[in-house]
Amino acid sequence: MIATEKTIQTDTQSTGNAWDVVRIRRDFPVLAQTVNSKPLVYLDNAASSQVPQVVIDRGSRYLREEHSNIHRGVHYLSQRATTAYEGAREKVRRFINAREARECIFVRGSTEGINLVMHGYGRKSVGVGDEIVISAMEHHANIVPWQMLCEEKGAKLRVIPMNDDGELLLDEYEALLNERTKIVGVMHVSNALGTINPIKEIVARAHKQGVPVLVDGAQGAPHLKVDVQDLDCDFYTISGHKMFAPTGSGVVYGKAELLERMQPFMGGGDMIRTVTFEQTTYAGLPNKFEAGTPAIASQIGLGAAIDYLNSLDRAAAHRYEQELLAYATAKLSAIEGVRIIGTAREKTGSLSFVIEDVHPHDVGTILDQEGIAIRAGHHCAQPTMKRFNVPATARASFAFYNTKEEVDRLVAAVQKVIEVFS
Amino acid sequence: MSELSELYQQVILDHNKKPRNFKRLETANRTAEGVNPLCGDQLTVYLFVEDDVIKDVSFEGSGCAISKASASMMTQSVKGKTRAEVGALFDEFHRMVLGELDEEQTPNQLGRLKIFAGVREFPARVKCASLSWHTMHAALNHQSATTTEDLGPDVVNEQAAG
Repeated sequence: MIATEKTIQTDTQSTGNAWDVVRIRRDFPVLAQTVNSKPLVYLDNAASSQVPQVVIDRGSRYLREEHSNIHRGVHYLSQRATTAYEGAREKVRRFINAREARECIFVRGSTEGINLVMHGYGRKSVGVGDEIVISAMEHHANIVPWQMLCEEKGAKLRVIPMNDDGELLLDEYEALLNERTKIVGVMHVSNALGTINPIKEIVARAHKQGVPVLVDGAQGAPHLKVDVQDLDCDFYTISGHKMFAPTGSGVVYGKAELLERMQPFMGGGDMIRTVTFEQTTYAGLPNKFEAGTPAIASQIGLGAAIDYLNSLDRAAAHRYEQELLAYATAKLSAIEGVRIIGTAREKTGSLSFVIEDVHPHDVGTILDQEGIAIRAGHHCAQPTMKRFNVPATARASFAFYNTKEEVDRLVAAVQKVIEVFS
Repeated sequence: MSELSELYQQVILDHNKKPRNFKRLETANRTAEGVNPLCGDQLTVYLFVEDDVIKDVSFEGSGCAISKASASMMTQSVKGKTRAEVGALFDEFHRMVLGELDEEQTPNQLGRLKIFAGVREFPARVKCASLSWHTMHAALNHQSATTTEDLGPDVVNEQAAG
C-alpha cells in the first residue's frame, strides 16, 4: 500500500511539473523529418527557431480568408486584416507588459528595430564628441548601426568590457557613463555566449545619469519572461523568427514619450497625417514608424506564436531548457579536447564550444552528416570571438522542444569529429 | 559516411595538420588577402613572380581544414607555372568543385587536386576550397584583396544570420 501511495504521489508530481516534450514536439511539423537518413536534431534555435502548426495555420488562414491591405480600405477584408494586425500588436503589448500598444512598433526584427532607434533617436540626440556605450559581447546588429552614427556625427563608441566567463563588468560600465553618454545599447542574452545580462541593473545605472537604454532582446524574448516596465528599459527589440513566428516579424518597443520625440525612420504611405509638396505632417504612434505595407501575415503569425507560448507553462519550459543546457554543458565539457566558450553563471539558450585543432566549420559539416543542425562561425559577433581568441565557435542552441536524447546524439557526433581528426 | 570520408580524405587531413608553404614569404613581390566575411576565414597569399612565372609562393592565415588543405595544395600546384598555366588550372579546379567539370571524363591538369572533387557534395564548403585560389589569382593580377562575396557562382548556402 505504501509503495502504491508513493507511486501515485510521484505521478502527481511529475504531471504537475514535468515538461511533456513528446507532446510539444508534435506541435512542430518540421521536427519530424530525417536528414542524411537520420532523424533531424535541430540545435540552431538561436539563429532561427521552428514554427508550430498553430502559427502556420493562422498565417495561412489570413492568406486564405482575410488578406487585404491594412489601415486603408473601408471594405470588409481590409477591416478584418486591420483587426488581426492590430490584434497582434495588443498581444505583443501584453507579452512584454508595455503600457500601451502604440509603444510596440512592428519591424522586420531586432536589426531593423535597432536601426530605427539609431535613426529616429540617435541622429537627433547625438552630436560631436558625444558617446554611445555598447557591450563587448554585442551582435553586429547592435554595433554597426552605432558605428555608422558615430562616423556621421563625430561621436565615440565606448565598450563595456567582460571577464573570461563572458560576464559584463558593471563597475567598468558605470565608469564609462558620463554627461556625454547619449545612449546605452546592450543585449539581453548573448547569442554567442548564452550570457544573461543583468538588464535591470544596467538600466538603473544608466538612468542615474539620465541616459536611455536600448535592449537587444532577440535572444531574450524566446527564453525569458520580459516585462519592459519592470526592466524600465527605454527600447526593447524582438525578432519574431527567433520565437516561433515567421521571418519578417518583429517589434521595437519604445517608451511613448521617447517615440513621440523621435523622427520617422522611413517615409512613405501610412506614416503621414497630411502630405503637400510644401510640407508633410506625420501620423501618431505607432504608424509614424510603419511606412509602407508591412509584413501583415508575419506579424499576425507573431501574435499566434505569442498565443502558443501563453498556452504553455512557460516557467516549466524555462526550467526544462535550463536542464537541457546544464546536461549538454556537463556532457560536452567531459570530452577531452572540448572547451566551452561562455561560462557565465547566468546563461540560457546557447552553448558555444571549440574542439582542439578542429575548425568549427568542419565540426558543422560532420554534425550535419549526422542529421544535427548547429551553427558554426562567428555568430555575427566577431569582437566576441576576438575577445576569446578563437576565429569561430560551434554553437548548439536549444528550444523547449529539444530532448536529452538529442544532446546525446550531439555528444556522440562530437566524439566522431575528434575521431576523424585524430 | 561515404560522402564525408570523401571530403575528409587522409591527404586533406594531413595538409590541414601540416600545411606546406605555410609562412610569410620575404621575397614576395605580390600579395593578396582573402576573407570569407560570412565565416571569418582569412588568409594571405604571397607570390614571387618573375618573367610571368610564379617562382615562389606561400600562405598564412586561419580557416577550416578544407580551406587550409586547399591553400596548402594550391601552393604546391602553382609553383613554377606561368600565369596562363595557373589561370587554366584555377578554371579547372573551380569548375570541378562546382560540379561543372567531370574530372574523370574530361582531360585536365588537376592531378592531385582531384582530391577536392568531394567538396561539390557540400555546397556550403565550396567557398572554403576556392578561397585560396581566388586570393592567389588576385595577387597574380595585382589586386590586394578579395572576398568570397565578390565571387559570383560559388556563393552558395552560407549561414549568415546570428
